[in-house]
This record gives sequence, structure tokens and C-alpha cells, in this order.
Amino acid sequence: MKKDKILLDHGSGGKIANSLIADLMLPLFDNPVLSRMDDGATLDINGTRLAFSTDSYVVDPIFFPGGNIGDLAVNGTVNDIAMCGAIPLYLSAGLIIEEGFPMTDLEIILRSMSEAAKKAGVTIVTGDTKVVPKGAADKIFINTSGIGTIPKGIHVSGSLARPGDQIILSGSIADHGVTVLAQREGLTFDAPVESDTAALNHLVDRMLSACPDIHALRDPTRGGVGTTLNEIANASQTGIRIVEEKIPVKKAVAGICELLGFDPLYVANEGKLLAFVESRHAERVLSVMQDDPLGENACIIGEVVENHPGKVVMETRIGGERIVDMLTGEQLPRIC
Amino acid sequence: MKHSEEYRDTLLSRQIIKRINTVSRRPIRLMEVCGTHTVSIFRNGIRSVLPETITLISGPGCPVCVTDQSDIDAFIQLARNGKTLIATFGDLMRVPGSGSSLLMEQAEGRNIRMVYSTTDALELARQHPDTNVVFLGVGFETTAPTIAASIISARQMGLKNYFVYTAHKMVPPALEALMNTDGVDIDGFLLPGHVSVIIGVDGYAPFFEKYHLPCAVAGFEPTDILQAILCLAEQIETDAPSLANCYPRAVSAGGNSKAREVMNMVFEPCDAAWRGIGVIPGSGLRIRDEYGAFDAAKQFEIPIIQTVSPKGCACGEILTGKITPLQCPLFKTVCTPVDPVGPCMVSSEGTCAAYYKYN
Repeated sequence: MKKDKILLDHGSGGKIANSLIADLMLPLFDNPVLSRMDDGATLDINGTRLAFSTDSYVVDPIFFPGGNIGDLAVNGTVNDIAMCGAIPLYLSAGLIIEEGFPMTDLEIILRSMSEAAKKAGVTIVTGDTKVVPKGAADKIFINTSGIGTIPKGIHVSGSLARPGDQIILSGSIADHGVTVLAQREGLTFDAPVESDTAALNHLVDRMLSACPDIHALRDPTRGGVGTTLNEIANASQTGIRIVEEKIPVKKAVAGICELLGFDPLYVANEGKLLAFVESRHAERVLSVMQDDPLGENACIIGEVVENHPGKVVMETRIGGERIVDMLTGEQLPRIC
Repeated sequence: MKHSEEYRDTLLSRQIIKRINTVSRRPIRLMEVCGTHTVSIFRNGIRSVLPETITLISGPGCPVCVTDQSDIDAFIQLARNGKTLIATFGDLMRVPGSGSSLLMEQAEGRNIRMVYSTTDALELARQHPDTNVVFLGVGFETTAPTIAASIISARQMGLKNYFVYTAHKMVPPALEALMNTDGVDIDGFLLPGHVSVIIGVDGYAPFFEKYHLPCAVAGFEPTDILQAILCLAEQIETDAPSLANCYPRAVSAGGNSKAREVMNMVFEPCDAAWRGIGVIPGSGLRIRDEYGAFDAAKQFEIPIIQTVSPKGCACGEILTGKITPLQCPLFKTVCTPVDPVGPCMVSSEGTCAAYYKYN
């Protein structure tokens, strides 16, 4: 069926979203920086290397356990810059607010943005506010852009993963996606779940100080770890092997996923990263990560291989094997 | 979750796998009837640990996949009605009807809400007294009781704006239909766990007595499925077919009689069209006349449109296990999860989607 309208799936971060980028956007904006398709652009301006990234936040609900749209918008862009191996410095903030939005809520959101920026060590230096008539936007949308500098000797890109690299995951997966979904749908569970939204730049800084030769960094947001690993396998034309048993999923999160028929590998994270590190440096990077509160549960979940380039294969708990494909569109709750 | 973790136990799984490899001698074809089994088999890489003698084939147990195209078209027509709010489980959103899907209708501005339970749908009806809320009732014996209960609740609450369009189906008549379909070659059935919680092992007794084919009710964790495969292999190797319960922690002989009582109070069996298979006598559930006020099929004029079945789509043969998705000419060429032709590629529990995603 021809898709002549934009569907929600086009924004899911999976295959359908990728086809929109590849078929429509890349040809029109064609340039070598964009076509690298990293989390942010890396630019060389008179010998200074910069990372530049932008992201829009439309999360519903705007308040959720563990955070709100404000700190999410700051942390998300900070992380996109950090994943380029850069030190995030300055952010912009664009607000699109629906007429009638409570002033107190706006204050809470802006305060969270301010606190998150402080914590990440970035400054919000420019911004814009638009108010649209009631119904023309859902409560509040925030766009943040950011820039940061890439230190000398740091070359991090999804395309640089190499066979033999160990894949380190900074902690449990699917916390954010499950929390937002549960909150949005009013699902209540005995065990509380909380978004993992956090700025990862300080953690990245420590990791790069311990090992400047990290090949690739990515925060597995929309589309989850499964989609991110596929992106890296594609970009670097290598194969990826992961071990299911090694991937930490909190019990409550696993339970909710099971109930809804979701695969935690495809659920969004907002405070986790994947690092691709040569095996001789892996233990060092891992131990630095484990010393940081945002990486205390970090672990090696797999490695890059020469076989099956472009594909991600997982060893299952029972010793079987399966392909981990990229997400197609939003995961939809199943019937039974 | 500790409970289900025990059933993912690596060591135990590997012991069962070893045992299957020792026991299985004859080449056998086992059908997992249920879509949740299909997904679990793929997600856990179960095929990759089985001996070559055992072939697993997927059956017609994904409720979305077997929903007839005419029903999908009716859902879309109901959404276009203008005065209705469609409440549906998420799986149905992407299923292509004749030229549209609920997801595409939503992009056109139709009032379609994804719900997680009938309670949500009832709540929508309560909150929007001026809107007709139509819940799309798709599923097997597993979901039918809760949907029946929602109709009873709606009556008790005095709701006049809650309706159900039912396309429910029952598993045992489908098993029987499979046995009578030409070209279907099955040595044993892995029976669905969730459905069995409701109908009990006894629900399959008439089927088993008629055909004497090895049957095992299975849960959804890898050790559950492996245990059931082992059980079927043993039955076949010893020529001793039985109707075994390999999921006793959830399934009893008699099932859940209360749930069935509620289901029977509201629904009655009827003939039903299964996508790709055709009409199976007595395999559907329609709303009884006394609850007709809640029956969307009776209360709304649903324009009947010319149903256009996708050309070349082999969903029917795949749903009956006659062929695997790999043998369908459209698979991975014309039909992909991004642009699905048939329902088996759409549903998260569809056989083609599982083959595409995990193989």
C-alpha cells in the first residue's frame, strides 16, 4: 500500500523512519557530513573540530517518573553531542507552547532544563518561544540544538566499529520507554519503574580519558539497543554478536514488556550508551564506567565480528541463535 | 517475574535439548498453533537447537492474521462513520484492508484509539457519552471472556454508546479444519497455552479422540516449549499419542469454567471466515440477540465494499503450514514489514513477520 501520508511510524526511529531519511531527505540535503548519519554532525571549522546536533522533544506525558520533557530535552541533545566524542558546551532551546498551557507547569519544565544544563555543564545561550492556538500543538514541544568541541585525537563514529571490538552497554535497558508508556496509558504496577534520563557527557569524558581510542559511541534512544546495533553494523559494514544473558533488564521492566508483548531490545533509553572498544582496552573502559553512578551496571554484551556484515545476531539464553533486526515502526501492544 | 525466569533457565533448557536430540529419530513435522509460540520459538532461537529430524511449522494462531479481509474492511468502514470512536488493540493498526489500514485512517483524522484492555474501552465510552465507542473484538478464547464481561458491564453501567464488533474465533474447530485440508501434513500439535487456560485440556478431548494425533499443551517460556516438543517427540517415537498437559502451572483439565460461563452468556458459536482458509463451521463467536444492543454489526450500517485480496499473497497456505514464508514469492521482495501485503507480515505474532525479523 502506497504511503501518501505521514504516519506515526515515520517518526519511530526504525526502518520506516530510515526510509524517509534515505529516500527524501538525504538526496535533497546531500552532503558528506549528513551522510555519515551519526547522532550529530562533526564539523571542522578552521582547524577546530565541532559536534553539532539537534533534537525535538514531543514526549507525552510531559511529566513522568524520573523526569520531564525539560530535562529530557537538555540531556538528549547533550548526549547526542557526547556520542560524537565531543565535550558539549552550548545549547539552544526552542519552545512551542499550546495556548492555555499552565504557567506553573512551564516553570517546572524550565527549572528542570536549567538544573539539567547545570549538571551537564552546558549553557543555554539562545532560544525562541512560540505560542500556537489551542489544539495546534499538544501542550508543549521543545527543540534543543547544541554544539561541543571534539578534543584532539578523538575519532568516534558508528562507521568505525571494527571486528574484535567489545560492545559495552552502560546499564539496564528499556527503562525510559516502559516508564513513559506506563504513565501515558495509566498502567500501574507493583514495582515502580523510572525513566533513566541523564546526561552522559561526564561519563563519556571519563571513558575517553581512560581510552582515547574508543571506536564508536551511541545512546540507544528511539528504536532501542536492537535498532542502534543495526545502525552501527550497517554503518561499519561489520557483523555484531550479542549474548542475551548479558543484557541487563530490570525485573519490573521485563515484566511490563512481557505483558505488552514488547521486546526490551527495541524500547527507548534516555540515559544509556553503547561503546565499541578494542578488546585490549575493554576492561579498562568498563572499570572506569562501573566507577561512575551512570555506568555502575555496565557490562560487555557482545562483540563485533567479521561474519554476517550489516547483521546483528544474538545468542539466546538456551544457546540458540537469532537475528536481531531493526525495528520497523512503533512496537504495538499485542492482543493476547 | 522470578516465576517465569525459572522457565528460562539455561541449564534446564540445555538438558531438555540434549534429551530431544537423543529421543528424536523419525523426521517429524510439529505445528505450533499459537502466534505467541511462533514468536517465542524465534526469539529464543529454538529452531537452531533442534535436531534436523524436527521441523516446526507455524499454524493459524495469530488472531490478527486470521481476521478475514472483510472484517478488516468493516473496521475501516466503522472508523469512517464519522460519529464513532474506534477502540482497538495495537496489533490491528497496521493490517492492510482493501486499500487502507487503521493507521492510515488515523492519519486521515479518524477517531481511533489504541487500548490495552476492554476496561479502557468502557472508560472511553463513559467519558464520551455523546460518542459511539466501538471496540474491535479480535482474538481467540483467551480474549473472548473479557470482551463478554465488558458487554455485561456496559449493560450494568447503563452505557448506550458502547459497542463491540466481534471477529472472535475458536481454536478446536480450526484444528479440525486443518486436519481436513488437502496438503496439510502434521505429526503433532503444540497447543496454545493461553487459550488452554480458558478451555482446559478437556477442550481438545473431542478433537484428540477423533484424530489420535500427538498433542501437547505448552507454555511460552523456552523450557515450556522445549518440554512440549520433547513430549511430542516421545509420543511419536513410542507410537503412543496422547493429549498431554505440559503447562500444568497454568492449565487445568477443566480450564476456567467461570470465564467460559461469561463467554457463553454473551456469545454463541457461529460460522466464521478465516483469512486465507475460508469459512470454518462453528469456529466463530457472535453476540447473542439478547445483547444485540451492543453488537456493532447490528447497530451500524456498515457499507459492504468490494474486498480486494492482495494478489499472490500466500498467507492462507502459510497459516495452514502448507508452505513456509520462504516459499512465498512475495516474501522479502514485495512484502516486507515496512510495506506488508498480507497480515502475516504485519502482526507482531505473524509467521512472516517472525521469519523476516528473526531468520
